[in-house]
Amino acid sequence: MEIAYTVHARPDTGVYNAKLGMWLFLASEVMLFGGLFSAYVFLRVGAPPDTWPQGWLNVPLGTLNTLLLAASAVTTFLAWAACKARRLDQFKLHTGLTLLLGCIFLGIKGYEYHDKWTHYELRLKDGRIAEGHLVGPKSTAEAVVLKGRWVEDRRQLLDGRRSRGTWQELTIPRADIDRMQNYAPRHNTFLAIYYTMTGLHGLHVLGGVVVFAYLWGPGSRLWHVDPEHFTNRVEVAGLFWHFVDLVWIFLFPVLYLS
Amino acid sequence: MVQATTRSIEFPAREFHGPAHATGFWRTYVFSTDHKVIGIQYGLTALCFLLLGFFLILAMRWQIAHPGEPIPLVGWFLEKVLGSPASRGIMSPDLYNMFGAMHGTIMVFLAIVPLAVGAFGNYLVPLMIGANDMAFPRLNMISYQLYFLGGVVMLASFLIPGGAAQAGWTSYSPLATVIPTDGQTFWLIGMVLLITSSLLGSINIITTIVQLRAPGLTWMRLPFFVWAQLAASFLLLLAFPPLEAAGIMQLMDKVAGTSFFLPTGLAVGGATAQISGGGSPLLWQHLFWFLAHPEVYVLILPAMGIVAEVLANNIRKPLWGYRTMVYAVLTLSFLSFIVWAHHMYLTGMGTRISTFFQTTTIIISIPSVILLTCLLMSLWGGSIRIHTPMLFALAFLPMFGIGGLTGLPLGFAASDIQLHDTYYVIGHFHYVVAPGTIFALFAGIYHWFPKLTGRRMNEFWGRVHFWCSFLFMNAVFLPMFAQGFAGMLRRMADGGLSYSARISPGVEGTLSDFILGLNNYILWAAVGLGLAQLPFIINLFWSIWRGERVQGDNPWQATTLEWQTPTPPPHGNFLRLPQVYRGPYEYGRLDEDGDYLPQDRPPVAHTR
Amino acid sequence: MNDTSSSVNSYRAAVCQGRSVLLIIAAVTLCMVGVAHAPLPDAGLRTALVLVAAGVNAILVAGRLMHVLQERHVIFVLLAFTVLFFVALMGLCLWAHGDTPKP
Repeated sequence: MEIAYTVHARPDTGVYNAKLGMWLFLASEVMLFGGLFSAYVFLRVGAPPDTWPQGWLNVPLGTLNTLLLAASAVTTFLAWAACKARRLDQFKLHTGLTLLLGCIFLGIKGYEYHDKWTHYELRLKDGRIAEGHLVGPKSTAEAVVLKGRWVEDRRQLLDGRRSRGTWQELTIPRADIDRMQNYAPRHNTFLAIYYTMTGLHGLHVLGGVVVFAYLWGPGSRLWHVDPEHFTNRVEVAGLFWHFVDLVWIFLFPVLYLS
Repeated sequence: MVQATTRSIEFPAREFHGPAHATGFWRTYVFSTDHKVIGIQYGLTALCFLLLGFFLILAMRWQIAHPGEPIPLVGWFLEKVLGSPASRGIMSPDLYNMFGAMHGTIMVFLAIVPLAVGAFGNYLVPLMIGANDMAFPRLNMISYQLYFLGGVVMLASFLIPGGAAQAGWTSYSPLATVIPTDGQTFWLIGMVLLITSSLLGSINIITTIVQLRAPGLTWMRLPFFVWAQLAASFLLLLAFPPLEAAGIMQLMDKVAGTSFFLPTGLAVGGATAQISGGGSPLLWQHLFWFLAHPEVYVLILPAMGIVAEVLANNIRKPLWGYRTMVYAVLTLSFLSFIVWAHHMYLTGMGTRISTFFQTTTIIISIPSVILLTCLLMSLWGGSIRIHTPMLFALAFLPMFGIGGLTGLPLGFAASDIQLHDTYYVIGHFHYVVAPGTIFALFAGIYHWFPKLTGRRMNEFWGRVHFWCSFLFMNAVFLPMFAQGFAGMLRRMADGGLSYSARISPGVEGTLSDFILGLNNYILWAAVGLGLAQLPFIINLFWSIWRGERVQGDNPWQATTLEWQTPTPPPHGNFLRLPQVYRGPYEYGRLDEDGDYLPQDRPPVAHTR
Repeated sequence: MNDTSSSVNSYRAAVCQGRSVLLIIAAVTLCMVGVAHAPLPDAGLRTALVLVAAGVNAILVAGRLMHVLQERHVIFVLLAFTVLFFVALMGLCLWAHGDTPKP
């Protein structure tokens, strides 16, 4: 049994089924990320004074990731163009590049997560506050070793741009520590929404990588049976990937630059 | 509007490959990609959940009417399965909250929507538009499986230590987050599965309607039911994702210790909570109601579609104002996205924003009234056939009318202050959904049963089912308006006893003995309502194998395409590709041999 | 034959288009980062400029790479509604937030 318009466009609507389905899915994705962006703005506007941090994220790495994802969007576009021109070799090349760029993006994201996860804020029993990266190998059961700095007031922690360069190794006895918390989602609302949004976005990137890996590998068998159907699949997967890029285009300024 | 013309469309040649016995049992009945099998799977699962949701509320009604007394008949069973929350067969307040939260969740997300959209939409939409299946059959199967999995997660949450979610179907934070059990986590995971399932389903339905209409089936020739499904699917598609976002955030609050919905300085159990704070409980409410208000229309629109089909078929004349109804349904679904904060008048909203939401709320009653009026006006001058499906469809009209009109006082902030969170709200909402939507669904089941099975359901027991349900539904929900006016709050595990004149005599504003006594009356009406479903359940299963066989494929003399197929429709639905020549409701034609013209019968040149 | 040569040409055109889109996105992104670190007097202005830059990138990706600009009527209607509801969601939430009387 054949379902109509799986490959060719319906004359009056001008699209084939999967394309309309993908756009409908993307519409729902717009609302999903729209909900999260709305939450971000809502929470940020309503944040109590002196609680919203700035400049905590690594802008060069974020910029690099933006460019990587933009480049991968272009390579997907070219992979689709190659399919339309019936050039399987070019399709393989560009999809391979997309896969590579997607994986590098995820790698960099993973490094950024790790960087935040090992970043600690220590509150001592005498009221002093230290922040910095945990030096794992040197920390013992008695003392914590941080590569970081002392601050007098928690508010000083909020601006991440001014603190760089003045960090040194601090050894703090565990007995003095009142509270020790890493920059995990629970640390504050900014980190919570940072992890949630980029995490969900990362899952989408991962999903896109899996889809492209399939199309690059076993899925490309369809090429020899029905190149047009395969081209449609590449186009639809590309639409998804471009949407993932679009989300990052807004995530980057919203989280890294403001 | 897309102008579909018959001549420009060339369909690929399709042929019918014979019945489905070529595939094995599992592929035919369990992992089927046939939209009809999936529709029936949805239907049976959702009916089971409907019954379960009803049992939950029955137990709660006992507790409301007789607080602290052991539940008769099932008390020992609840204790055995659920443990301490039901010790000695008595419903503890915790258990009451669990049942309350799960009654709402199960009824809305696991029973009515899957029945209205999953079952009826899946089964009927491809048939009505002349397609051989849904646009994405495998996605359709996955959608059902995710729904099933979501249901399993929800059910499993009853059995974990601490039990199921207890914060109401609305799951307002911070309450939902700070209740120290994993029930809420299960609820959220279940919801994410259900949301994903309904997203896939709605993508499928919309694509099918837009892409797979038979040649000649232009937009204004679509049966109203298809329009209603299209609108409902759009609501699901665009309104559910923000709740998914909110669900993910609440899951983070619950699991990762974040504070999206937890404000600074939150105290739990007398101590300041160890959280970073800075979140907003109102954010949850915004995101939740952004879904949950359109969801109400997801519940009601397919029901209206069913009623329109059943009515048109049984009044033997075209629906009055078909175009108007289509535009009303589109307006309704558009407006339903911008009325949500009328659920939040009492959160301390400003006057300007509340004026905005009052205005949109009152505006949205206009298309609803148009729809109801068109259906009512259609009756005028019809040659009405009365049988079970028609009785249910007819009863829908006044019942939905009561439900809709009692909503008006809730739409105004001033009167909502008195009525908010009382039994009045429960009465209003249930009039829309129980005698409204559920009656329409019953009408649909009785109406399309001959197409599914080739047999008719028993007419006598159908009428018994109808009249008893009609009587007891009203007996259950009508007194709630009085209770609500008297100020009886919903979600009280003792049914208002603590605020009654029995506990504090002589205090002004307490609930009188009469209002409290209504609880007992409602309980027995609810028991009666439950008993009234027995004829239906027996009739349904008995008729599958033993019912009276129908003559021909089109026993109701209907015009729409789903009746122009073999009975039951084979895999692939149509023996030949239908070509549509006219609108959906060509009834009462005196110039033809019958009094109706099916959509796909070629026009004949008149010899007279 | 004509068909093959035209498809080869269209592929070359796609490569050119892709390259220019990437270059523009890169330039706009760098500008965006620059603006974000520039000593502008008003934080609101800076946010606005950054978002405008992001909007330009988004239009490029959506319009060119997702070829929305050449897309059919059906898709436009769908996207228009989605954007409308997204704006309603964010706008009304923020309005409600701003309109709430402070204690």
